[in-house]
Amino acid sequence: MTQPAKPTQNIHEYLAELEDIPGTRVYTAARARKGYHINQFAMSLMQGDNRERFKADEKAYLDEWPISDEAKAALLKRDYNTLLDLGGNVYFLSKLFSTDGLSFAEAVSTMTDMTFPEYRDMMLAGGRSPEGNRSIKANRAAAGAADTAKDS
Amino acid sequence: MARITAGVGSSHVPLLGVAVDQGKDRDDYFGPIFAGYDWTREWEKETKPDVIVLVYNDHASAFDMKIVPTFAIGCGERYKPADEGWGPRQVPDVEGHPDLAWHIAQSLILDEFDMTIINEMDVDHGLTVPLSMMFDKPAKWPVKVVPLAVNVVTYPVPSGNRCWALGEAVRRAVESFPEDLNVQIWGTGGMSHQLQGPRAGLLNREWDNKFLDMLEADNDDARWIPHIEYLRETGSEGIEMVMWLIMRGALGQKVRRLHRHYHIPCSNTAIGHIVLEPAE
Repeated sequence: MTQPAKPTQNIHEYLAELEDIPGTRVYTAARARKGYHINQFAMSLMQGDNRERFKADEKAYLDEWPISDEAKAALLKRDYNTLLDLGGNVYFLSKLFSTDGLSFAEAVSTMTDMTFPEYRDMMLAGGRSPEGNRSIKANRAAAGAADTAKDS
Repeated sequence: MARITAGVGSSHVPLLGVAVDQGKDRDDYFGPIFAGYDWTREWEKETKPDVIVLVYNDHASAFDMKIVPTFAIGCGERYKPADEGWGPRQVPDVEGHPDLAWHIAQSLILDEFDMTIINEMDVDHGLTVPLSMMFDKPAKWPVKVVPLAVNVVTYPVPSGNRCWALGEAVRRAVESFPEDLNVQIWGTGGMSHQLQGPRAGLLNREWDNKFLDMLEADNDDARWIPHIEYLRETGSEGIEMVMWLIMRGALGQKVRRLHRHYHIPCSNTAIGHIVLEPAE
């Protein structure tokens, strides 16, 4: 086994890079910790009797969990982008998609600025391009350069 | 002696399982995807592997946030299809190979890979969809399976280099098992896809194909791709491709490509599939 000399990854640089991707919430330890009960609540919907109790009275079921009022409101509204900000993870939240009878793609489309038919058409046409979607910093630098060009 | 005779890479999108289960796999939407697996289904019938070391990730089915093992190996007798919220898939139970699995687990730990041992769990689409892609709808799966579950959800996930090295160690483990077994290793997941946030729907045909080229090459450059590159280029869930590196690492330096297939899209995801065999 070859083990080339390679410096250990700097944890601070590593974590900072994960926050530099536009429109993306990487499921870091910080988010996992913050969203722990949101995700465990979602997991509880794997069981049929829990799903029934949740559907019968969503608010009452959520009140059984140590989840913030903000997260409860986001769960009731199915505001998935806010839930990602609060530490929700899509694989756990997908238990709520299936409780609602929503396909994964339809639920995912609600996090974009598109309707589901528009999203589906985008996927059929080859998906969203990585162009301009790779780095928040790079996008800012490009916008800055464009402004400078306009001004000069 | 047991030996690793081939490696298979494949996406494991849940919708592919739905397509098989509902008989839609030859319609206009799914037909072109499944056509790319016809070659492999015939090849699997001819080569008749005894055991698959199946590298996959659990999608909040067997594991929740209570326990997050980075690398876990299934040493149980059998595994049931998980209920992922729609009822379990109507596919056969997955038969394990506890003797080989425990041998690999012990060998890996002695090789300094500190594995988590699993004796009981349900297996979700990450594991059963690749079986359907390669074997269609048999009454009983024609192979035994050693599940190797990788955390690719909670960061940091294991590095590409670590995954590759694990593959190398799996090969040493298999080759030191005394029974004469034909073993394949499958790496599943990917290719480009993002299932979350305003950037959802990202796909990258060019990068995915560059990755497939790298897997075919006579070098191990792919092990050094950093996480951030997968994230930027292939979407947040494209990181699953590190699991293909465990498969590739188990095949040695030189490989022969037997088959390759790529299709966009399946739901939110780019479908990739490759069959490699060791060439040394």
